[in-house]
Amino acid sequence: MTGNLGINGDSAVALAWKQVDPDVCAAYPITPQTIIVERFSDYVADGEVETEFVCTESEHSAMTVCIASASAGARTVTATASAGLAYMWETLGIASGLRVPLTMTVANRALSGPLNIHCDHSDVMAARDLGWIIMFAENVQEAYDNAIMAMRIAEHPDVQLPVMTNLDGFILTHAIERMTPLDSHTVKDFVGEYKPLYPLLDVKNPVTHGVMDLQDSYFEHRYQVNQAMKASANVIEQVFKEFGKISGRHYDMIETYMCDDADYVTLTIGSTAGTMKAAVDELRAEGHKVGAVKLKVMRPFPAQKLRDVMAGKKCVAVMDRHLIVGVSGPVFLEVAADLMDLPDCPKLVNYVYGLGGRDVMVEDLKQVYMNMMNDKQDKVNYLGVKL
Amino acid sequence: MKTVKTATMGGRIVEPGSAMKFETGDWRSHKPVLERDMCIDCLTCWIYCPDDSVLVKDGKMGGFRYTHCKGCGICARACPKKAITMVEEDE
Repeated sequence: MTGNLGINGDSAVALAWKQVDPDVCAAYPITPQTIIVERFSDYVADGEVETEFVCTESEHSAMTVCIASASAGARTVTATASAGLAYMWETLGIASGLRVPLTMTVANRALSGPLNIHCDHSDVMAARDLGWIIMFAENVQEAYDNAIMAMRIAEHPDVQLPVMTNLDGFILTHAIERMTPLDSHTVKDFVGEYKPLYPLLDVKNPVTHGVMDLQDSYFEHRYQVNQAMKASANVIEQVFKEFGKISGRHYDMIETYMCDDADYVTLTIGSTAGTMKAAVDELRAEGHKVGAVKLKVMRPFPAQKLRDVMAGKKCVAVMDRHLIVGVSGPVFLEVAADLMDLPDCPKLVNYVYGLGGRDVMVEDLKQVYMNMMNDKQDKVNYLGVKL
Repeated sequence: MKTVKTATMGGRIVEPGSAMKFETGDWRSHKPVLERDMCIDCLTCWIYCPDDSVLVKDGKMGGFRYTHCKGCGICARACPKKAITMVEEDE
């Protein structure tokens, strides 16, 4: 398959899976992820892939099947959103703790309640401490590319961790954008044959997974997960590099936009990063020295890269599409902890925005920069809430 | 002692039969004691023991593997001749 497609984000992820032809997919439908699994089950039913497709009765079961099949030695994928991710919660930690290299796409949607099906990052942020590698997409192209690259990252012997690739609910899952897929042979060559470490189905080398791990060794195993997460940064950069060669699309854990001479910088995750660039363009045209940083990979946290970009700026606004109730946005806390010992640490402010799919326009984001330039803002601000 | 360098990834056990090296006998508060004269070598205790701690020699009941017996008492309960008694460890 070559040339451009008009395709929504969910269908693009399903297409990536079709081209990879994974061994197992276990999933449960939930808006706005549903199209991924629907499209992929079409591919299974039509015989276009050889994947074993397991319709589970819940997300908890879906993740449990995924952990089991990946432990058995199968390349495994799943997808979920919002409450579905929350329902997986305890098994997410098992996937990382048992070093299961499966991949999952999350269509970011607000956690209830009140009931809401639209985009924010409350689902993924509530799962950010569980040992998964976490990547975000700005657009449909990235959602497709991430789904492919995630397998190489997860399965690398130095990593062996599950990878979660996120795309904003409805904004990316359902909106049709232009996307350039790779041809299927290129995708298959890129992901290669899956060579699992210690698979349960290798009967000549019997192993036990998931044993009791008490005071004498649990701490060491968690430390190993931390080491693997940190080591994954090099693997991610290597995979990005190789992917750049086959696709012409070059990624980094953070993407900077007009930051070199900027005094005022924002940090954004997901689709809003695209809107932010438009805001920067308009403000630059008016002569303002502003720039934008996109956080593409949140776990591992690219601490040094952010320090290098942020050092010496006058003010940095961290945009959070999730609110830790009673505190602030979560990314703000991580950036603040990362930058606090810089001798030229910028003033740091937080903007919580877009909860439950509240629209964020270029004008709104320009206001963030104007607030920074006029220093008319609180430490934690709530962009767009109707007070 | 397991360290970060020696612990297996994800706590996997990659050596079969390694439970033999993990001695669970010190978990025990009561130990099974066999009254040899009452035993008919039916090996019901061997069938029921969840920890493979009943020793069998030449097809006959050969006592207990105290390094691994946790003292659950199932053998004493299952014995049709009441030939096994659970005795407190410090007696």
